[in-house]
Amino acid sequence: MKTIQVSVVTPDGPVFEGNAKMVSAKAKSGELGILPGHIPLVAPLTISAVRVHDVDGKTQYVAVSGGFIEVRPEKVTILAESAEVAGDIEVDRARASKERAEKRLADNKQDNVDSVRAEFALKRAINRIDVAAKR
Amino acid sequence: MALRDIKARIDSTKKTKQITKAMEMVSAAKLNRAEQNARSFGPYVDKIQEVVGSIASGSSNAKHSMLLTRPVKKTGYFIVTADRGLAGAYNSNILRHVYRTILERHKSPDEYALIVIGKVGVNFFKSRKMSVMDSITGVADQPSFAEIKAIASKAVGLYADGTFDELYMYYNHYVSAIQSDLTEKKLLPLTDIATTKSSSSYEYEPSEDEILEVLLPQYAESLIYGALLDAKAAEHASRMTAMRNATDNANELIGQLTLSYNRERQAAITQEITEIVGGVAALE
Repeated sequence: MKTIQVSVVTPDGPVFEGNAKMVSAKAKSGELGILPGHIPLVAPLTISAVRVHDVDGKTQYVAVSGGFIEVRPEKVTILAESAEVAGDIEVDRARASKERAEKRLADNKQDNVDSVRAEFALKRAINRIDVAAKR
Repeated sequence: MALRDIKARIDSTKKTKQITKAMEMVSAAKLNRAEQNARSFGPYVDKIQEVVGSIASGSSNAKHSMLLTRPVKKTGYFIVTADRGLAGAYNSNILRHVYRTILERHKSPDEYALIVIGKVGVNFFKSRKMSVMDSITGVADQPSFAEIKAIASKAVGLYADGTFDELYMYYNHYVSAIQSDLTEKKLLPLTDIATTKSSSSYEYEPSEDEILEVLLPQYAESLIYGALLDAKAAEHASRMTAMRNATDNANELIGQLTLSYNRERQAAITQEITEIVGGVAALE
């Protein structure tokens, strides 16, 4: 069976390497499903989970934020500012940062840089909690 | 010098040596980690460079503000220094060079803006009454990207909103444990993107311009982070070298002091014997 190589890289180093039957990711323009032999493509990703369906029929989840996906017929590379494999996520820390972000949002009703940042932090935390729940 | 004084100096030099020796070993360990960090960052920046390069070469109509040179009214300087001294010429090299460059290039303080990493740099510019637009101090020895992201995206944002029209970065590039080179890099606009001749021409989803909108700031930020990792490695290396020199000097000093201590002691013994012999001779 044809497979496609997948790697997730962040500035702090590679996070995930593996082979897959299919990769699905959520791009800014919508859901993407990538099979081996896909045409070369570049797309920015939302803060979301990337699903890697591996050869044994198992699915691996990787939480990514702030990145984009580069696709070639034989290889998928995801470049993200931060990424974590579901098994590595510390749920307590994610919960704590979710609460922190919620509090900051509640304290600060105006629409300024801080609240935008807090909103991003909240999204990231929720994403990590969701992904961690799927392991 | 009296015997006791020499002894005291030897003791205190030995203690200093212990400290410098420990600092040398700590820096060596940190250097190791810093090298590893720089290495694990490699794949990310290579990949992002490849994609940026292929977009830039593939399309002539993509015109993002970060790729275009515009008339320069104000120049930004991004300077990476350490938080502490005791690292040989590490800080002074950069600061001296930047200071001279700024004085040469600009007539009034309105023409430049400074963004500084590291306490030494911040204090340097403060004492010269040059205003520092933004700074961060207390960066960890093994910085994570999250730590740097805020200041990096601010620097890139200041360029994007037109606060300055070009951005230079100054840091020490790590070459080897005993060598680091002062590096000046023009970060923005991104003029020197290597246009790779990669065969694959990409599809862009949703469009080229929107990709560049995301990709270029991320690229610029990653360059800043890369420079910081590089500078950290150089910092640990030069601190290690400085401390090794200090340890060597202490060894030499201890050697000399021990020699004069022994000489002094021998002289005292000889004198005592002469006195005893003299005393005995007087009695006979």
